[in-house]
Amino acid sequence: MRMRVFIRALALVAAAPTAIADGPISHHDAHAAAAVGGERRSGYFWLTPETQRLQDDEFANPGTLWVEAGKALWNLSVGASGKSCASCHDDAAQSMRTVATRYPAYSRAAAHVINLEQQVNRCRTLWQRASGFVYESKDLLALTAFISYQARGLPMNVAIDGPATQSYERGKTFFNARRGQLNLSCANCHEQHAGGHLRGEPITQGQVNGFPIYRLLWQTMGSTHRMFAWCNEAVRAEPFAAGSQPYVDLELFERWRGRGLPIETPAIRR
Amino acid sequence: MPNTRVRVPDSAKAGDIIEIRAMIMHPMENGFRVDTQGTTIPVHIITDFVCSYDGAEAFRVTLEPGLSANPYFSFFIRATRSGTVDFLWRDQDGTITRASAPIVVT
Repeated sequence: MRMRVFIRALALVAAAPTAIADGPISHHDAHAAAAVGGERRSGYFWLTPETQRLQDDEFANPGTLWVEAGKALWNLSVGASGKSCASCHDDAAQSMRTVATRYPAYSRAAAHVINLEQQVNRCRTLWQRASGFVYESKDLLALTAFISYQARGLPMNVAIDGPATQSYERGKTFFNARRGQLNLSCANCHEQHAGGHLRGEPITQGQVNGFPIYRLLWQTMGSTHRMFAWCNEAVRAEPFAAGSQPYVDLELFERWRGRGLPIETPAIRR
Repeated sequence: MPNTRVRVPDSAKAGDIIEIRAMIMHPMENGFRVDTQGTTIPVHIITDFVCSYDGAEAFRVTLEPGLSANPYFSFFIRATRSGTVDFLWRDQDGTITRASAPIVVT
């Protein structure tokens, strides 16, 4: 098994010779840097081969249940307008092909950066004239999983210039700020010790290219914001609310940090 | 109704061993967890899963608390003749969810 991981690592190195030198992966910890090779890696890299197979098997991957539920919602007419997502956006395979790679993005109408979940709810309240989904509800997870699934395999590519700059900077500050009783920043684990271990668990780079993910620990689907809250609680910090601006900013920074990594939704994570 | 996924080969030769796969979206709440307020979340599980081929029962499972969410079964049956493969899940409250898929045997 160790050999297989090694071979996989070699294959990844061979497949992506353009390691981006200006990336945010720092090399403070020589051991961790050696393990990661200084490259961006999806959390998939640190999964056991069994869990990787579960993710790759489209039937056995439980995340597909949400993708299918999202497909049904896509075509469901709701609200006072009597419109479905498909009424305006037609075939998701085409209209939503690159959407998940671009979000969070600056919305001129909202005058700040919003993420995919918030865009779905804007569409619902403004155009479908229906009530917005509750953050982390099954329906919102299903629809965002379905939309992100359309971008499967495409590299994440968010814009951090222009009006999104401030949001990106706030997210970057959040990522590097120590917090909680354990006084740890995101970067302490996910950059300086990525590739190392926290007791028996490998420490990943904390990339978000597979979200919404089916997390085995949760036994269900979860958004990036649920994961952020979970991580914040793990360092014994007060989590922010899902959908709050600090988390949207962090999500933008995280997506930029993992730019180029392929969308894996619905990914399985431990 | 919870959504389900089933997979049966479209066609098979008589005598072939074929793989059947079935999954249902279900929390399989085991009754030991507490919510954020410290209140116990009651047990909520699927209690039975039955697969019938051409009207005859081919596979049956009694599920218990402690199984992971979204239970997924994969098993093998011998293809004998064309017909439908029917799936049935029974929730603890008696709700029954059904799915079926046709198979052509030559």
